[in-house]
Amino acid sequence: MRKTLLALAASAAVLIPGGAMAQDKTKACWIYIGPIGDFGWSYQHHQGLLDVEKEFGDKVETAFLESVPESADAERALERLARSGCDIIFTTSFGYMDPTNKIAGRFPDVKFEHATGYKREHENVSTYNSKFHEGRYVQGVIAAKMSEAGVAGYIASFPIPEVVMGINAFLLGAQSVNPDFKVKVVWANTWFDPGKEADAAKALIDQGVDIITQHTDSTAPIQVAAERGIKAFGQASDMIAFGPETQLTSIIDDWGPYYIERVKAVMDGTWEQVDVWGDMAEGHVVMAPYTNMPDDVKALAEETEAKIKSHEFNPFTGPINKQDGTQWLADGEVAEDGFLLGLNFYVEGVDDQLPQ
Amino acid sequence: MRIELVKRPQHSKLFSALSPFLAFGLTIVAGAVLFALLGKNPATTLYYYFIDPLTEVWSLHELAIKAAPLILIAVGLSVCFLSNNWNIGAEGQFLMGAVAGSMLPVLFPEFQFWIVLPLMLLMGMAGGAAYAAIPAFLKVRFNTNEILTSLMLVYVAQLFLDWLVRGPWRNPAGFNFPETRNFHSYAILPEILPDSGRAHWGFVFALVAALLVWFLLSKTLKGFEVKVLGQSPRAGRFAGFSAGRMVIFAFLVSGALAGLAGISEVSGAIGQLRPSFSPGYGFTAIIVAFLGRLNPLGIVAAGLVLALTYLGGEAAQISVGLSDKVVRAFQGMILFFVLACDTMIHYQIRFVRPQAAGAGETSHV
Amino acid sequence: MFEAIVITIATAATPLLIAAMGELVVERSGVLNLGVEGMMIMGAVTGFGVALTTGSPWLGVFAAILVGALFSLLFAFLTLTLVTNQVATGLALTLLGLGLSGMIGEGFVGLPGVKMGTLYIPFLTDLPYVGRLVFGQDPIFYISIMLTAGVAYFLFYTKAGLTLRSVGDNHGSAHALGIRVIAIRYLAVMFGGACAGLAGAYLALVYVPQWVEGMSAGRGWIALALVVFASWRPWRVLAGAYLFGAVTIGQLHAQALGWPIPSQLLSALPYLATIVVLVLISRNRRLTMVNTPASLGRPFVPDR
Repeated sequence: MRKTLLALAASAAVLIPGGAMAQDKTKACWIYIGPIGDFGWSYQHHQGLLDVEKEFGDKVETAFLESVPESADAERALERLARSGCDIIFTTSFGYMDPTNKIAGRFPDVKFEHATGYKREHENVSTYNSKFHEGRYVQGVIAAKMSEAGVAGYIASFPIPEVVMGINAFLLGAQSVNPDFKVKVVWANTWFDPGKEADAAKALIDQGVDIITQHTDSTAPIQVAAERGIKAFGQASDMIAFGPETQLTSIIDDWGPYYIERVKAVMDGTWEQVDVWGDMAEGHVVMAPYTNMPDDVKALAEETEAKIKSHEFNPFTGPINKQDGTQWLADGEVAEDGFLLGLNFYVEGVDDQLPQ
Repeated sequence: MRIELVKRPQHSKLFSALSPFLAFGLTIVAGAVLFALLGKNPATTLYYYFIDPLTEVWSLHELAIKAAPLILIAVGLSVCFLSNNWNIGAEGQFLMGAVAGSMLPVLFPEFQFWIVLPLMLLMGMAGGAAYAAIPAFLKVRFNTNEILTSLMLVYVAQLFLDWLVRGPWRNPAGFNFPETRNFHSYAILPEILPDSGRAHWGFVFALVAALLVWFLLSKTLKGFEVKVLGQSPRAGRFAGFSAGRMVIFAFLVSGALAGLAGISEVSGAIGQLRPSFSPGYGFTAIIVAFLGRLNPLGIVAAGLVLALTYLGGEAAQISVGLSDKVVRAFQGMILFFVLACDTMIHYQIRFVRPQAAGAGETSHV
Repeated sequence: MFEAIVITIATAATPLLIAAMGELVVERSGVLNLGVEGMMIMGAVTGFGVALTTGSPWLGVFAAILVGALFSLLFAFLTLTLVTNQVATGLALTLLGLGLSGMIGEGFVGLPGVKMGTLYIPFLTDLPYVGRLVFGQDPIFYISIMLTAGVAYFLFYTKAGLTLRSVGDNHGSAHALGIRVIAIRYLAVMFGGACAGLAGAYLALVYVPQWVEGMSAGRGWIALALVVFASWRPWRVLAGAYLFGAVTIGQLHAQALGWPIPSQLLSALPYLATIVVLVLISRNRRLTMVNTPASLGRPFVPDR
């Protein structure tokens, strides 16, 4: 059927009405901010697409647009996807928030899923994200155990709540082991520039840190750490190949389970609007194998992970002070998700001033 | 075999008209080969690339949206390039225009009145022009190379916008995410035909600007001055034209148009400031200016063609699974063909056997 | 720590230096090639791929140089033989290079590459303070210094260099003297392409041994800026590249020290510094005029 349609299209005689192809197959579509070859954020979302294809085989058809800037182009790209017969569209960058909602209003029969945003202006828009900070807390615990200097270097991208949350969770985890632990932050002002990330890692190491962690997407920092003989954490995907003797663990963004669940819901006709902030328990945040560390550290890391997974422990549990020493959370108090999503201050002990 | 160029006594009207078609033919052939090598059906892929985006009304609107900033900026650049001023920082002027124009709805959101939009457009033009005035001033006053300063200022503008949007201008109700508040309705550039698509008045501005600049260049003394100073500064001096004033003039015109493009893009197509609202329009517009042979009317056509390659690229990605990299490589090829074919407007190409070649002024191929 | 910081700066500066040195020769011959970024990334993907498949970083380097030169030939053919506009053709070359490298490199994503080792001379490399700086860097670092010296010598102390400069200064007179303007420019452009290819290989084999799309991240543009910044003098290119590297690395250190300066301002510093230095240099009008290739960017077609 597809072949005939294409042949018709090629003869330029007939227009394909949107949705005509969607009778027998469910069409799931993605739009990525970066190239699928970035081995980071967009790469991981694309792995999710491949998981969907693997799961549903012939019953699903997929399409994607990569390297779509967060400009007027996003709205056009979304409209084209919606018109090409997509039943569900995953928009995988924060900047697609308003375009997603605008197009959703015009295509009420198409389901939209926006990653990392907070606007759901129409019934057919869901939002989803993952609690990566849970993994960062575990990393902090490991860092404090492994570090001799008592200082870790943190290569950060942009001061948005998710990144600030990660820095805080990392430090809180570290302080649970060593109350005097410090973290030095360098803002690379980019999600992706291997050279600059490598330079940032070198600068941090030269300043005396002996553990590197990153919230940018390339494998450069871990390679630098390997070269300088210190330990580091991977980001977004398992980067063990880039530092077989360096990577302690990595926070893996595993979008596959969520994508499979949502595409299935569309097939079954049970899709409903949701606001998902997936966590370790749901398998959205996965820790790469704990490597290059003594057994006791590994045991502690696994124990921490298990506690977070079972919801026995929340990384943001008081007492926690803000950076200036004033109280944020009282003893035993747990931060609310809604508050965390707008987090814009550091906790006590971060050796940096948050760019405002 | 060698290729020899012989300058035509005057530029060929025939090839002027024929060259785009020749380039298009070459593109089709090369594209078909490329797509076939990648295992795609050439006819289908080419159809999605060049025809499909033109078959639906909404898509034509999108074409206008994509082409509007390219045309506006390129028209301004034509004045610069014709007068031998190498402004390659239009991207920065585009961004600063958008920033200046956005001041009203972002900083004074409660000021809602019909005058807001006209003021924003004027401020956008002023912002772009002021930013372009920096390299112009440095060139006139210190003889500083404008290619470099204007390019450096692009990076500065990008970082300035980034700082604004993540810091002082951040949407107070936006959970700290890097974007300004959404513009209120008086600050939105309206759509031309709201019933059929979302193309906004920016496209009309682009057409008007192209006409005005075309008139300026071809019918007025100022236009004559632009060309004389561009071709021979010495001759210009003898004619009593001031090279310094021309530098300022050209940069102000192109900066103002880039600024207008910036504020139109933000207020017409997006509705708020974001850190990366421009996918490099200022740089792409340089290509558009040359594809349009630095003629404002040609630039309108070139802008539309280049916009089509973006839309077509997306259509081909979705429909036949052509990858984004192939799309970009193909775009590069198209540009090469167009540029190469334009050679024949001014030159006759002769293929010469080696033994018949002259003293070696031409090159080996 | 000082030693380590200087080496970091050298690593950041070397690719800029090599690419800029190539472009300097191109511009001295009167041609403006804005396609450095595209040639650089082609070099990066080639260097990475060849080193990965053969296991030899040196083969990767040679392949990258070759591909850089071949890729620039495309630019040369269009601008020199078909006299297309150099600015637009250069921009198109960058577009093509970014796309093409992505296509070629699709299979290399996520693979750790081959890293080129650093030099080690027993005793000398172990010298305190200067040992690693002078005797312990990667081989391409030494090549970049020799390249600078070589280009400086070639341009100002050889007859061929004089010929090249005369072509860039006034192609009309050079042609009248019987110099083969176009042939010389072809060679210059290919030299520029080879250098950009080498710079790309440096990125993918030394700087960060990996391949990812768009990994040159604008360094080709900075190289272009450096040439003008240096007012077309080889040793000033070297100084400029190291200055730029120092500011880039310095701002990262300032952050790690916790200095409360907006990171955007710090990131903007190298660009602002370039403008300021440029203004200072160009105030001396006579000096700039002497060094600027007068025929830069102008098309040349021999009359007959």
